[in-house]
Amino acid sequence: MLSANTTAQKLTGDSQPQHAAPGLMARIGDRPVLWRVLSLALFCAVWEVGARASGNFAFPSFSQTLFAFLEMIGDGSLFWAYGRTLEPLVIGVTFSLLVGIGTGVAMGLRRDVEWLTLPVFIVMQAAPMAALIPLVTFVYGIGLASKVVAVVMLSLPVIAMNSYKAVRNTSPSLTAMCHSFQGSRWQQISKVILPEASPMIFAGVRLGVAEGFSGVVLAELLITPTGIGDLITYHRSIANFDSMYAVIVSIVVFAVVTVTLLQLLETALFRPDKRRSK
Amino acid sequence: MTMAEPIVAAPERRAASDVAAPIVEVRGVHKIYNGDVVALKDINLSFEEGRLTSLLGPSGCGKTTLLKIIAGLLEPTAGEVMVKGRKITGPGPERAFVFQDFALMPWATVLRNAAFGLELRGVPAKERNETARHYVEEVGLKGFEEKYPHELSGGMRQRVGLARALAVNADVLLMDEPFSAVDEQTRRKFQEDLIRLREVENKTFLFVTHSIEEAVYVSDRIILLSPRPGRVNNVIDLDIRRGDDPEAIRRDPNYLDTVEEIWRGIKQYLD
Repeated sequence: MLSANTTAQKLTGDSQPQHAAPGLMARIGDRPVLWRVLSLALFCAVWEVGARASGNFAFPSFSQTLFAFLEMIGDGSLFWAYGRTLEPLVIGVTFSLLVGIGTGVAMGLRRDVEWLTLPVFIVMQAAPMAALIPLVTFVYGIGLASKVVAVVMLSLPVIAMNSYKAVRNTSPSLTAMCHSFQGSRWQQISKVILPEASPMIFAGVRLGVAEGFSGVVLAELLITPTGIGDLITYHRSIANFDSMYAVIVSIVVFAVVTVTLLQLLETALFRPDKRRSK
Repeated sequence: MTMAEPIVAAPERRAASDVAAPIVEVRGVHKIYNGDVVALKDINLSFEEGRLTSLLGPSGCGKTTLLKIIAGLLEPTAGEVMVKGRKITGPGPERAFVFQDFALMPWATVLRNAAFGLELRGVPAKERNETARHYVEEVGLKGFEEKYPHELSGGMRQRVGLARALAVNADVLLMDEPFSAVDEQTRRKFQEDLIRLREVENKTFLFVTHSIEEAVYVSDRIILLSPRPGRVNNVIDLDIRRGDDPEAIRRDPNYLDTVEEIWRGIKQYLD
């Protein structure tokens, strides 16, 4: 019976792709939002219980943190802080995106660019940036410029390296296909190489943006306390731990939301096939 | 036509089918990889219009290399390839390639993949989609136009590759082991479809395969290549009646004898 079924499936293999019966995992996968919310709720509950049980003054519970967060939204200090923090972040990340993707793609396409710039990025990626920040302050002072440099130093290498590897790893068969139908070099890049490389380039962008957040917070903690870094430092210094936690959680959530939005953007822009299969 | 020491007595049935003019000519082609690996040695061949010629041989005989040189995807180390009387310098609109690994863009629908050759030529979207739709239907994929490659089986993917090659309306179709990545049942169906397709499309086919049965089943002529270095070992013209029943061919004694003959000739090159 079993073997007969297998043969029958093989015979029809050319006319219809087979669909698996929906299992438990598939049914869970059908409602991702519900499960994500549940997982978050569970995390918050554990936090609440853990904080209350520990009785540690420096470990505020979820509800205390939430109230502090709402309070800071109420008095506007959080918005003001984000305004200050976003400035070096946006400038730095924009610069990293333009230069990083541009250089990375060029490195992937051309050996001479690769020889010229790859060592720089390898060094940048390996170097511990926190150790270099005093050096940046030394050169660029304590203003906006050094914070932008901190963001760029952290986000640029990963964006450039991912773009480079993405382009270098595109399928030679697809480029040969494009060539065989007399596609020009530009068509080959724009219609085959870039769409194929885009998921990995965007993975680099997501990592780079996440690194940019680290960069800006590090800069605000190590260079001069402004924006979010200032809020964290200030609330810590006056032992206002629930507000300090609220700021930290808010920047984490902000970073996660930004990165998730980037992922949605990628799927919408480049990969209609993935959108369908989700 | 150069024939290096024939290993199989070529059946004498050439007269009737030798009237067509050569559309592709390969003259003195050598291909040397990395300075010392001789992939092809002094290949001289001509391919007549409207016929299906197979390049057959064990692995390492350079059959795919030769096809890629004719496609303009590889440069020969020496020698030249003429297509319709003109020396080629790269891929051209009169040739279309069907890839062994399908080479479909996973982010594009069946229709866009099939229309891609036309898209590269700058044919307006409406026109190229209309043409692609016609060929998608012709290869038996009607109703799958908006699917993505990962939603198709291997055999269906290769049909898209075939539709893409047909859509550009080239005179010569170059097929690089097109059925080797699909399962046996699909492969047989494909071979039958190819014979039917030839009745509709008046094209010249160059077909690379390592399967003797496949070559004998679909071809008008088989060019047998031998390995290390790759050179033309024999040219076999076939005269197998391809009537209404595709299954009848597989029982044709003529078919079976030819398969046996070629196998005896090829065996000596295997370790």
